[in-house]
Amino acid sequence: MGNTEGKTEYWRWLEYHSVMPGRDWKNAEIITAGVDVGSVGSKAVVMADGEVYSWSVMRTGSNSSDSAKKALGWAMEDTGLTLKDFNYVVGTGYGRVNVPMANRAITEIACHAKGANYIWGPTVRTVLDVGGQDVKAIRCDETGKVVSFLMNDKCAAGTGRGMEVIADLLKIPIEDVGKVSLSVTEEPNPVSSTCVVFAKTEAVGLLRKGWSKEKVLAAYMRAMAIRMSELIEKVGCERDFVITGGQSKNIGIVHRVENILGVKRLPVPNLEQTGLDPIAAGAIGAALYAKALHEKSRKR
Amino acid sequence: MTISAGVDMGTQRVKVVIMKDKQILSQTQNFLGFEPTKAAEQAFEEALQKAKLSREDIQHVTATGAGVNMVPFADSTVSMMGADARAGAYFFSSARTVIDVGAEEARAVNCNEKGVMRDFVVNARCAAGAGTFIEAMARALEVELEDMGSLSLKAERASPINASCVIFAESDVVSLIHREEPKTEIARAIFDAMAERVSSMVYRLGINPDIVLVGGVAKDVGFVASLKRRLGTEILIPEEPMFAGAVGAALIAAKRAGRRQ
Repeated sequence: MGNTEGKTEYWRWLEYHSVMPGRDWKNAEIITAGVDVGSVGSKAVVMADGEVYSWSVMRTGSNSSDSAKKALGWAMEDTGLTLKDFNYVVGTGYGRVNVPMANRAITEIACHAKGANYIWGPTVRTVLDVGGQDVKAIRCDETGKVVSFLMNDKCAAGTGRGMEVIADLLKIPIEDVGKVSLSVTEEPNPVSSTCVVFAKTEAVGLLRKGWSKEKVLAAYMRAMAIRMSELIEKVGCERDFVITGGQSKNIGIVHRVENILGVKRLPVPNLEQTGLDPIAAGAIGAALYAKALHEKSRKR
Repeated sequence: MTISAGVDMGTQRVKVVIMKDKQILSQTQNFLGFEPTKAAEQAFEEALQKAKLSREDIQHVTATGAGVNMVPFADSTVSMMGADARAGAYFFSSARTVIDVGAEEARAVNCNEKGVMRDFVVNARCAAGAGTFIEAMARALEVELEDMGSLSLKAERASPINASCVIFAESDVVSLIHREEPKTEIARAIFDAMAERVSSMVYRLGINPDIVLVGGVAKDVGFVASLKRRLGTEILIPEEPMFAGAVGAALIAAKRAGRRQ
């Protein structure tokens, strides 16, 4: 409804790319890349000897292989890198089989656990990954290997796409929803946590009843957080706990999940200083797997 | 002689049926809009006019549906499952399973030969199993809601689409259209997915023929074809399936009116 009629696309989030200052790929022995083609966002990370060198985060288009090419191309922009310079590339995510330059595809569950282990260190045991069209609760060991996981990819409740739908309905830019939802003085009761369509109908009803946008948003985000927390509780929430994927930036969701679970997530590192982005955790994991696979193939 | 009325307050529309000794005298429907109670009163007035009756002639009014509490002129209420069972047996005496697919909810009800409900399964938690799905997809495909069914019948296969969720399907359809995937096959995928959800409710009750399909979605030829394929049995559909809940309520109202005399 909203995004075809409205002039502004409130769900539209910012794309970005960057190169780590002070690092030069030419000094590196092994160049690898991880390309994570998600249902909503495509992420590429270039690693030089296992350290993040450059990255990009952009929207996935209607074609997975084009999106993979664009994302990696953007991460390589102004670096002088060409595809020939890569020793190994791993594709992951929803569109992982359609990453044309990949030497191999690995599931995003394995890559997110590996990436989280790299970003936050070996103490990470539980990873909540909230993507565009799925939510995963992953348990891993000190090496970043998956021990068990649960996933919802059948239903938009609790996913990034569900968040976009409500941002559009309430005409609040997606970057602001977290902050706006936390501006309520009292946390309202949640709307339906089982279906975004019904939650949207409920939200319209609440607006008609005179609820403020902020309050409706809070009620919706409460429902999202409940849905995510149920998944984490089923898999068991062992510390340390971290959040990856697009919703790791949504402080409204993060606060509510932390409240429900009674566990704080580990803080997000400074992106400019470290090059470590929770949204790109899957791509980081993929680039690390790429390095390991390259080293293994060399030993033979 | 017993004159009774049944009022079915759904999530989108209100349906009213007036009956005299098990014969339908009139039936009306109205969109709920912002004032559901007013919409119900209007539909009731209209049904009375059509039947050439006044309010005093109606011995008992029974309400049912999701908005059952928004019918102040009702004398009693009945569950949606109870009304479905009664209506199913009224239309087809051989009915043992009644499936009701409405705008936002789907139900499967087992009943006996008297139209008494024995067991039921309800889905009111996910829009992918109800009429809302067809509406959302008609919007996304830019076709008329009424044309979705006939469109799907032209397809020989279903598109590979994430039809487990209305929201996901909505965003999928945009890229499918870019890829020039035929609308017919997308429509077929939607109906197949809906039929899968609805039939899984029926399987939970056990297959008890004859199977009767009621509710607004029973009018959709695309859904009916997919459900038949899925269940592998014949399906009986009354002429006006949308009024089944109201008919069931009116029949129950007649019984209750008799009891009070």
